[in-house]
Amino acid sequence: MTRGDGANGGGGGGGGSGQHQGAGKLPRKRFYRARAHSNPLSDSHFPIPISPDEFDLSQHYPRYFPDGEGESRDGDAAAPRIRFADVGCGFGGLLVGLSTLFPDTLMIGMELRDKVTEYVKERILALRASNPGKYDNISVVRTNSMKYIPNYFRRAQLSKMFFLFPDPHFKEKNHRRRVISMQLLDEYAYVMEVGGIIYTITDVEELGEWMRSCLEKHPLFEVIPEELLKADPVVKLLSTATEEGKKVARNGGQTFQAIFRRISLQKE
Amino acid sequence: MEDTAVEEAEASGAAEFAPALVAAHPLGHSVAVAVGPELRVFDLKAGSVVSLSDDSGGGSHSDAIRAISFSANGVLFASAGDDKLVKVWRTDSWCCIQTITSEKRVSAVAISNDGMHITLADKFGLIWLVTVGQSGGGLGSTDNKPVSIFGHYCSIITSMKFSPDGLFIATADRDFKIRVTLFPKKPLRGAHEIQSFCLGHTEFVSCIAFTCLSEGSSFLLSGGGDSTVRLWDYINGCLLDTCQVRDKVGELLEPNETEDSNLAIADICPTNDGSLVAVAIQSFNGVMLLACDLVAKKLSFLKVITMEKCYIPTSLASSFPAGLLWTVMGASNMPNQAGSQLLTRLNIIPHFKNGILASSDHVPTVLVDSEVPHGEKLLLALQGSLDIAKQEEVLASVLAALKVSMHKMLVKKHYSEERREHRKRVRNDKKIKK
Repeated sequence: MTRGDGANGGGGGGGGSGQHQGAGKLPRKRFYRARAHSNPLSDSHFPIPISPDEFDLSQHYPRYFPDGEGESRDGDAAAPRIRFADVGCGFGGLLVGLSTLFPDTLMIGMELRDKVTEYVKERILALRASNPGKYDNISVVRTNSMKYIPNYFRRAQLSKMFFLFPDPHFKEKNHRRRVISMQLLDEYAYVMEVGGIIYTITDVEELGEWMRSCLEKHPLFEVIPEELLKADPVVKLLSTATEEGKKVARNGGQTFQAIFRRISLQKE
Repeated sequence: MEDTAVEEAEASGAAEFAPALVAAHPLGHSVAVAVGPELRVFDLKAGSVVSLSDDSGGGSHSDAIRAISFSANGVLFASAGDDKLVKVWRTDSWCCIQTITSEKRVSAVAISNDGMHITLADKFGLIWLVTVGQSGGGLGSTDNKPVSIFGHYCSIITSMKFSPDGLFIATADRDFKIRVTLFPKKPLRGAHEIQSFCLGHTEFVSCIAFTCLSEGSSFLLSGGGDSTVRLWDYINGCLLDTCQVRDKVGELLEPNETEDSNLAIADICPTNDGSLVAVAIQSFNGVMLLACDLVAKKLSFLKVITMEKCYIPTSLASSFPAGLLWTVMGASNMPNQAGSQLLTRLNIIPHFKNGILASSDHVPTVLVDSEVPHGEKLLLALQGSLDIAKQEEVLASVLAALKVSMHKMLVKKHYSEERREHRKRVRNDKKIKK
């Protein structure tokens, strides 16, 4: 299901990949240079699970699925499920931060750029090798989450979704490429459990307003009051754990958060 | 370059052919055929051709009609297509009461079960809603522009249907997905709550249809480019059964015709008791019947009804209580048809209900032209011609054109690794520094 090697050396980028590094050594970013953006509208040429049943978790979380393939499908109730999704995980900083904070929660990063995905994969493998017993709960998949979220998660499966520093797509013509929109929030609401939390952050004021207004307009989400957010350890990670967040902090930039809770619609 | 040659071929063949469509009034009062921009309606009760009239002030269709639909109670009828117009007709007078202008070409249209709203879908995956009513005329209907209520992310919507209880709206797309959405009481605010996704097709989904047992529980049927017909528990998004059509049709066809892409399901049509499903398959001259057991939740092959050699139905409809299965074949914009009338061919299969048709020893046949209700009058009205010999050659070209256009529109293009790399290297959107 997940792609093997092979695409590593493609394009005009660096020829070396992480394959020759010793176990436990972190991959170096300069070998995984990629464009900053990828077109979410283009037809995808990577394998996608037909349905969540076909999404083989044993490849991603071998320690949680010691018997290998097939385990994820049988004994559905007992089998652990992915609970957090970091959409557009980039180089994986948030996943690494969350992994130790929620050591028993399975989480996945979703990234469209394949070299970046490859980097995160190597990074997680290296972290697992050098910290035995840790980082077994995080993984990454190359996918277009704007198109294929329902192929990975069942209804009400996720308790947290993250959208950190997404592409701003300033032109009005390109607003439909934004990862938060009224339409896509329908799908995110579908895969999130009632009470689940959606975290968004950006350093672009215009996008911050856009994301907040979409979430405010959407009937299945409600804003979480500031006081409650202070108690949430995850909120601090939003601006500190990711590469993009650190960059903004270094440059003394401002960030704009919108954090909302999935609610049920039973009023009418 | 080889690449440019391929692209040129794609561009020049860009004329899209729209298949002919058929729809039957739920109570059997009338039947409608759409081919190109033409809408042909025959009144089965009066036995006469219907002449359409237009009070809405909008123009008539000027490009291929892509979707037609009767409302559940048969009072309204909607037609829509490539000219971005959606026309709503009253079926008692066949007068157009409303013309809606869409921003994009319309690929599917449906009427809510209460007859209050029209939904339209486009190739960008957006679903729009309009309240039925004379636009501009009445009080309150100040601004009757389509409102976007939900969307599939950038995927062509191929089919859209309301559930029999009117609580859900199901939409199928080119990205293998079927989405079942709760249809809210105040739909103008949007339909944001998804009930389920029906995932299982491994190619585009071309058609969906609800079917139900008489006591109420209903199911969803779908057909797709993977030449399967599937039965779904759409409330939970569970696949109940899959019927692979390829093996059955493969025996009847020449070996070179059994490539996957040529055996896409073109249309499906269940009987009103849900016991049978008629299936139209690309490349197969006839209709396949599946037995559908909604209690055991099984779909199984029953029999095929083979038709004349070049007749491959593009659309199916059933009318009850007469129990007729209407099939049409035809296409718009045929290059060699310029000037002449848009030809279609119509065939009717009788006894389309559980009973004789389902019994194993009955060999079903289509009605010969003289047995068709209202005979030549109806055929002339809906087909445009009675001259079968002339039709045959037209139909053969229709056949080829439709295969190409369906394939082009819905099947994902696969480019080789080398070609993608080459495209990346020669891309011309890089900023050139002077």
